[in-house]
Amino acid sequence: MTGLSATDPVLVVDDLRVSFPNRDGGRFEAVRGVSFTLGRERLGIVGESGSGKSQTGRAILGLTAPEGLVTAKRLEFHGTDLLRCSPRQRRELRGGRIAMVLQDPKFSLNPVMTIGDQVVETLLAHTRISAKEARAKAIAALEAVQIDDPQRVYKLYPHEVSGGMGQRAMIAMMLIANPELLIADEPTSALDVTVQLQVLAILDALVIQRGMGLIFISHDLRLVSTFCDRILVMYAGRVVEEIAAGGLADAKHPYTRGLLNCLPRLGDNRHPLPTLDRQPEWAL
Amino acid sequence: MSGSKVGLEVKNLRVVYDGFIAVADTSLRVNAGESLGIVGESGSGKSTVLRAICGLAPRQSGTVQLIGQSQDPLPLPGSKPFRRLVQMVFQDPYGSLHPRQTVDRILAEPLAIHNMDDAETRIERALEEVGLGTGFRFRYPHQLSGGQRQRIAIARALILEPQILLLDEPTSALDASVQAEVLNLLEDLRARRGLTFVMVSHDLAVVTHLCERLMVMQRGQTVELLSSIDLAANRVSDPYTRTLMEASTGFRRGSEEIGEPA
Repeated sequence: MTGLSATDPVLVVDDLRVSFPNRDGGRFEAVRGVSFTLGRERLGIVGESGSGKSQTGRAILGLTAPEGLVTAKRLEFHGTDLLRCSPRQRRELRGGRIAMVLQDPKFSLNPVMTIGDQVVETLLAHTRISAKEARAKAIAALEAVQIDDPQRVYKLYPHEVSGGMGQRAMIAMMLIANPELLIADEPTSALDVTVQLQVLAILDALVIQRGMGLIFISHDLRLVSTFCDRILVMYAGRVVEEIAAGGLADAKHPYTRGLLNCLPRLGDNRHPLPTLDRQPEWAL
Repeated sequence: MSGSKVGLEVKNLRVVYDGFIAVADTSLRVNAGESLGIVGESGSGKSTVLRAICGLAPRQSGTVQLIGQSQDPLPLPGSKPFRRLVQMVFQDPYGSLHPRQTVDRILAEPLAIHNMDDAETRIERALEEVGLGTGFRFRYPHQLSGGQRQRIAIARALILEPQILLLDEPTSALDASVQAEVLNLLEDLRARRGLTFVMVSHDLAVVTHLCERLMVMQRGQTVELLSSIDLAANRVSDPYTRTLMEASTGFRRGSEEIGEPA
């Protein structure tokens, strides 16, 4: 790893804004002034669809669609100003020092490449090693995400494996270059509840072992609150509340409370369920 | 039409795809006006049960029949009246509505198939019932949000005045706040029309909220049948049901050994 001390922030985001052109010539701001500092910790970003949580993650990685405009007072990764990087530097960071796990392995893995070849491709893009070494490393990476028979899975195509297996393969691919920051955008939403927890446990162990920073983006407030150290709740492109892990019950913002309240709970007899009464001032 | 309520009985249902047994000898019974939830992981055969009931999956053996107090013989599966009485709402409202048809056309089609008169008022009423005004009538699906789309999918099923609604993960593609709205709508419709529900979901909390009884499936087989009250009070007998229950409470550090690895 780099020679930075453990207290240095991995990522500093100050007043991040992402906007897209809309039909009547103006711009729609999907992210409106998000700021946070990330150390070697697990940060959760929670919000509903359209809250700007995914656009925040994509902007950090430089994956915003070409028509989108990203601005920020500061957007620094280990002291590197991401907004003033050349496309080439950005490319080197992406997949190398900053990696991203996407939602659905069915759509985000290359369907015409074997899983092993995809993992090797990531490795060869970021390090200079021989093909043989790369293969050995890829198999070791598949093993690290608790795939039982990595030799066999190496040769399989994405359609031949289950969702949970595909997601583990993607995590292996993302972690093989030893990133310092991992952005996981709904990494478990496409998986079954029981598989979800297995994948989270693997992710958790790897984050701890390697001392990575993790940004965990999800719509599932309860899941995130049990997994992350800190949670940012986003609404309409802004962070409306920051909650410490386990502090979900003390959430103050009416949106967070409403969101929690409208979930059905086991052993709870509330008919009808309370619904979220959106206040226009939340979006101000 | 159809004054009396009907329930549903499935006996020893078996569905086989290319030698793979998707559902193995499953039986279930839902009385008129009752609601049954089916929970399980993907691949457990829960959706296939629904699809076999309404004829979208081939039945290799077993019977599906309607039950009720009516004197007249109840329609048989596969017949047109059966398909009118038993309607399905699918999981993904982004995939289950025709992208190039307006809401009006989507709702008019089942009416045309079943030769139902007075399409105009029926469409307006159906939209009203799912909480969307007539202003939505000439929109395309892409002009609607996920929750609005699912409401249209529910309206499409309800427009035929069915007695049984088969719900295949009706809220899993929706945000939490929208999920609450759709669940309330379903509950309200059921109370108003005396509908019978069979609902498939992987979310135990959602199923117990809407259904009185539930059936847990694993690898095509019924693992456990229990009431929602028993589940909420933690009176479960099967270890698999317990695993599902624990999984629904969220992530716990140091609990890596949940279930067997896939």
